[in-house]
Amino acid sequence: MNKKLYTLMTLLVAAALVLSACGPKASKVEVFSWWTGGGEAAGLEAMIKVFNEKYPNIEFINAAVAGGAGTNARAVLATRLQAGDPPDSWQGHAGQELIGTYVAGNQIKPLNDLYQSEGWLSVMPQTLIPLISDNGNIYSVPVNIHRANVLWYNPAVLEANGVSVPTTIDEWFAAMDTLQAAGVTPLALGEQWTKMHLLETVLLGTLGPDKYNGLWTGATDWGSPEVTKALENFQKVLTYANSDSASLSWQDAAKLVVDGDAAFNVMGDWAEGYFRELGKTPKTDYGWAPVPGSVGVFQFLSDSFVLAVGAPDEEAAIAWLKVAGSKEGQEAFNPVKGSICARTDCDKALFGEYLQSAMDDWASNVVVGSLTHGVVANDSWKTEIDTALGLFVQNGDLAAFQNALVAACKNSGPCK
Amino acid sequence: MSRDKDRYLSILLISPSILAVLIFIYGFIAWSVRVSLSEWKGLNPDYTWAGLKNYINLFSDPRFHVDIRNTLIFTGVFVVGSILLGFFLAVMLDQGLKGEGFFRSLFLFPMAISYIVTGVVWRWLMNPAEGDRLSGFNLLFSYLHLDFLINKWHTTENWGIAAIALAAIWQMSGYTMAIYLAGLRSIPDELREAARIDGANELQIYRHIILPLLSPVTLSALIILGHMSLKVFDLIIAVAGKQLPLDVPAIYMWQTTFDGLFYGRGAAIGILLLVSVAVLIIPYIRYTLKTETQQ
Repeated sequence: MNKKLYTLMTLLVAAALVLSACGPKASKVEVFSWWTGGGEAAGLEAMIKVFNEKYPNIEFINAAVAGGAGTNARAVLATRLQAGDPPDSWQGHAGQELIGTYVAGNQIKPLNDLYQSEGWLSVMPQTLIPLISDNGNIYSVPVNIHRANVLWYNPAVLEANGVSVPTTIDEWFAAMDTLQAAGVTPLALGEQWTKMHLLETVLLGTLGPDKYNGLWTGATDWGSPEVTKALENFQKVLTYANSDSASLSWQDAAKLVVDGDAAFNVMGDWAEGYFRELGKTPKTDYGWAPVPGSVGVFQFLSDSFVLAVGAPDEEAAIAWLKVAGSKEGQEAFNPVKGSICARTDCDKALFGEYLQSAMDDWASNVVVGSLTHGVVANDSWKTEIDTALGLFVQNGDLAAFQNALVAACKNSGPCK
Repeated sequence: MSRDKDRYLSILLISPSILAVLIFIYGFIAWSVRVSLSEWKGLNPDYTWAGLKNYINLFSDPRFHVDIRNTLIFTGVFVVGSILLGFFLAVMLDQGLKGEGFFRSLFLFPMAISYIVTGVVWRWLMNPAEGDRLSGFNLLFSYLHLDFLINKWHTTENWGIAAIALAAIWQMSGYTMAIYLAGLRSIPDELREAARIDGANELQIYRHIILPLLSPVTLSALIILGHMSLKVFDLIIAVAGKQLPLDVPAIYMWQTTFDGLFYGRGAAIGILLLVSVAVLIIPYIRYTLKTETQQ
């Protein structure tokens, strides 16, 4: 009796397993990201909604990993890729961060055909495409655009000290001298990565867009006198900063400007979303301009999605990428995230005052890439630069810094 | 016969854990050694033989020099500080004061907190902001008119790591107190009385009777605190994030491996950490095993 029951149950379980394997298999797409909080997570949700409306028969699996601005997520992703278990698509900073890591490892596919068929080449800036390509192959779909070379300032503090918004590096130094003499902290600065962010904008402001781009292709010599000049400028800029920078996050540093405790801050335009959160008003509590020396240049960074080699469901993954690159998808995502569309045809009415001005610049300026945020240098190169910068901030040895930068380009970049 | 059976059974019962330890500890140590001797850089494994290149490069790497210096300062301040403070607290509690249980728990509690929590709180306490933005300890000092004590804490040039060690001392001195208190309680009163009869004063009793009898406790504390400070990672990350002035080998290992994809170099740092901890621990384990079997 007992034995019979046991056999019956075994048979039932086996039958259930067989049936479930034969059933109609719903298509699904697993998308990996580190968007787990704030405007990013809300933006992703909005884009998922667009996706669900367009592709109701594809199940969307949100495989987001929290923590450390993507550091944790990338460690998890690396483990999955090494185990041969890739998600269909994942988020990454557009440019060399993706290319240097995943193209070199043959883990993502070129998307040129998709760009052709969706007509993206004509709606994204011409100067953007080479920055997200390798050997003529485009490897990711940028969803949003942030600007790195933004100088935030406190209009009231500048006015009170008779300083106008600087457009060249020399004007900037003169302005900061005036402010310093008046007892105002001229520049708000935060922890180490914000110093790298400052470094890249000063490099751009001193060298100009062509020579700056050349740094990352090997055309500009890191050991040249021009680079020495740029590094000297950077060293000088650091002397205007608050003394407690090492203990401040980027938010703490940006807040000093809107609170009137400092005059300038160089930070990407996600700072604008933070100012709004603090209840500040554009143009009265904070103003913005390109970092001195980089007027007419848009130093960008972008979150983008890729197509995995060996994606479990490639068709579903491509459906997701189509939504990520579509006007509808980007218009759903960006107003919530506080960034602008990678496309130049998004509806301006959806965006606030700062973002509208950024959209104008995005459509008209020369586009160059950010170092800190993964566009122009691969991860190995970037961490080598980060180490060299950290040592420089500690010991102030400019010659050693430049030598280390030359060595980093040789070891991990395109320099021979 | 039944004894043999017992023996087989016991071997059978512990074999899963032995197997797990062999694979997940020693297997991975062996694998890390292999990776540290390879050229692996980038996401895909590359086992091209590199000999000791990764190790040799580390010893001429200015960042690794910073790491070694920071580790030495941290270990020195943390171990000495915890032992002195722990011993002092234990002696105080040993005087038989009222509410001893309460104070014992009070001093022990920090140990129950994770380093991350300690780090976040001490990050606030050790705020180095100046002028109108004073806060944390510095603000307290300012209220108490102790302005000469206001300092830059963990952002102090070259010595910032010592401030991090203060947070670690706060966390671990209760533990040192507990083991010293146990040690003090195990010293028979007859010894102290005999010394008093011989005319020794209290200081001499501590110097010649108590301290020598407590030396095994001091050794244990030294080893335990020492190996913890070699591995410190989370506390520093919570106080200061990844910043070079407060860099230690564990942070360098994490950053170079997972941010920079230098797997070979990361593995080499890991192995050096393992060796430095082993140098400290293995003689101690051998010593304790020997004394225990003798007893």
